[in-house]
Amino acid sequence: MADTLLDKVWQAHTVRTLPSGQTQLFIGLHLIHEVTSPQAFQMLREAGLKVRYPERTFATIDHIVPTASQLRPFADAMAEEMTVHLTRHCKEFGISFFDLDSSRQGIVHVIGPELGLTQPGMTIACGDSHTSTHGALGALAFGIGTSQVRDILATQCLALAKPKLRQIRIEGRLRRGVYAKDVILAIIRRLGVMGGVGYAYEYAGSAIHAMSMEERLTICNMSIEGGARVGYVNPDATTFEYLKGRPFAPQGEAFDRAMAWWRGMATDPDATFDDVVRLDAPSIEPMLTWGTNPEQSMGVSERIPHPHDAPDADRAAWAEALAFMGLESGRSIAGTPINVAFIGSCTNGRLSDLRVAAEVVRGRKVAKRIRALVVPGSQAVARAAEAEGLHDIFLEAGFEWRKAGCSLCLGMNEDKLTGREICAASSNRNFKGRMGSPTGRTLLMSPAMVAAAAIQGQIADVREMLP
Amino acid sequence: MRQNDTRREICGRAIPLPGNDIDTDRIIPARFLKCITFKGLEAHAFEDDRRQMPDHPFNQARYQGATILVVGQNFGCGSSREHAPEALRRWGIRGIVGESFAEIFFGNCTAIGLPCLTLDAEDIAWLLEAISRHSEQEVLLDVQQRLVRVGERTLRATISDGTRHQLLTGTWNAMGVLLEAQHEIDRVARSLPYVNGYSQ
Ligand code: SF4
Repeated sequence: MADTLLDKVWQAHTVRTLPSGQTQLFIGLHLIHEVTSPQAFQMLREAGLKVRYPERTFATIDHIVPTASQLRPFADAMAEEMTVHLTRHCKEFGISFFDLDSSRQGIVHVIGPELGLTQPGMTIACGDSHTSTHGALGALAFGIGTSQVRDILATQCLALAKPKLRQIRIEGRLRRGVYAKDVILAIIRRLGVMGGVGYAYEYAGSAIHAMSMEERLTICNMSIEGGARVGYVNPDATTFEYLKGRPFAPQGEAFDRAMAWWRGMATDPDATFDDVVRLDAPSIEPMLTWGTNPEQSMGVSERIPHPHDAPDADRAAWAEALAFMGLESGRSIAGTPINVAFIGSCTNGRLSDLRVAAEVVRGRKVAKRIRALVVPGSQAVARAAEAEGLHDIFLEAGFEWRKAGCSLCLGMNEDKLTGREICAASSNRNFKGRMGSPTGRTLLMSPAMVAAAAIQGQIADVREMLP
Repeated sequence: MRQNDTRREICGRAIPLPGNDIDTDRIIPARFLKCITFKGLEAHAFEDDRRQMPDHPFNQARYQGATILVVGQNFGCGSSREHAPEALRRWGIRGIVGESFAEIFFGNCTAIGLPCLTLDAEDIAWLLEAISRHSEQEVLLDVQQRLVRVGERTLRATISDGTRHQLLTGTWNAMGVLLEAQHEIDRVARSLPYVNGYSQ
């Protein structure tokens, strides 16, 4: 019988069917960070339990870390306390912790793949909705809540219902100046922010096949913005090549045995899906959001929509979003002034993202009065970028070169918008208040488009600025 | 490890929160996640929305003490923070009725014994209207019968068999059930090549 990766991985990790009808699923890799784990450890302690498989959980710290100076103790007493707690819990329960001084720290979804912890055929979970990122390597990766973090700590299992599967095929070649971020924004625009509820997304087609691992990570990262808890790409030569030599990847002959198993976990050629959606890669142009959820997006050459263009059910929401954003219907989105430019996050804070942005920035200057930040997704990304001299390009242009963390992606650290500031961002959520100011505004786009906006001081079509 | 209590019926006054795609950043803004317990989160439920909208339902005196929250589509989308259902529960919410829920949020609610029932769009619209007019009106969520009762009217609700089972048997805290299968867990772990370093 022809099976999908979802079927195979689910099957291999099934412990049993629970009385509720859900599956008790073994979780091969558990990643934790400081925000969603403290209460889970507390619940575990109250139940008098230990961590069942401590060697299958890895911790890092990302959301609350300052990105300017990371000297301890942090200026923010609560951030310091959360750090102390995570350190203590990891020690007490025997969990590996990639702390700030470990050289391996970074955003949890950047370091998992980068260290080779994330591997094909695995089940992965993390108390963070963007865990879907790890699916880029052919894993089933679930974002979970704190009670489920506790469940995994105690049992290495989750109680889950198997999702339906939608294959999203992107065919053809992307045009110049169009990146993975544009593809996922186009997908979410088409299917909506709740189109994926109850589904896992399998990304396929020639455009996905041609993508590098880092581009695939960007795509899978935002599955959850389309409502799909899980998104994956079948493992292939690109995946294996990416993993080879990474610290936690199998080495030598074990790698060859692993590769054979990984290959076998991919979707069979004649497998069927609950649904198939096709998108034409050459039809996608640089995208950005105009509203307050990731579905409210447009191509850079389009005009800002009018609420009367909306489907009936969305009209009021569109009007509200446009009012919040202060954007005028019918005008071109290009030319919209910005205050802040942010390149970073688990969506677009990897080396290739910084390279693309640097290409746009090289030899140019950030526009006056624009606060522009580059925040590498991990310490390893920062080191690699510095080795190539990317930081110099950014610094010379007037960007700040920060230390690894979630930064402006959400308002939990010192990087925040103030008042109604408007930010061109390479992150994943344009929700109201997301960047720390209740009235702050976020326009999501590719790192190249953020770089273009930083230089121009306004939204610009990056295609006109590429070398 | 099973709870002694169950979630068969929830009865109380209701608070309407119209609108779709209300994300967890709005339910509890990220800055309030700087904590190591869930204590006190209720004070910050919808904090930013409440400041910007003086007539936000959570600000209105007539809805204080409500135990049932009525929402639109895709409620709780975005971040996986369990702080969101915890903030609502600690505020006093005991059950949520909506047109649809985001998946992780729904799971988090269930995990803390907060039932989420789904009604179709027309019934939600009617219910929102009814409780806006008559905030004193009692609403009954019947998990057992999959119904929502408001005065004389009975609305047919949806909840999956699995979730309903968990709520009715007091097994929404999955840990207890998961712990029962120790040997099977070890068996699956042993069968997975990567758990053994791909040693054969
Ligand atoms: S970068 Fe943003 S989306 Fe990613 S883990 Fe950090 S806060 Fe979450």
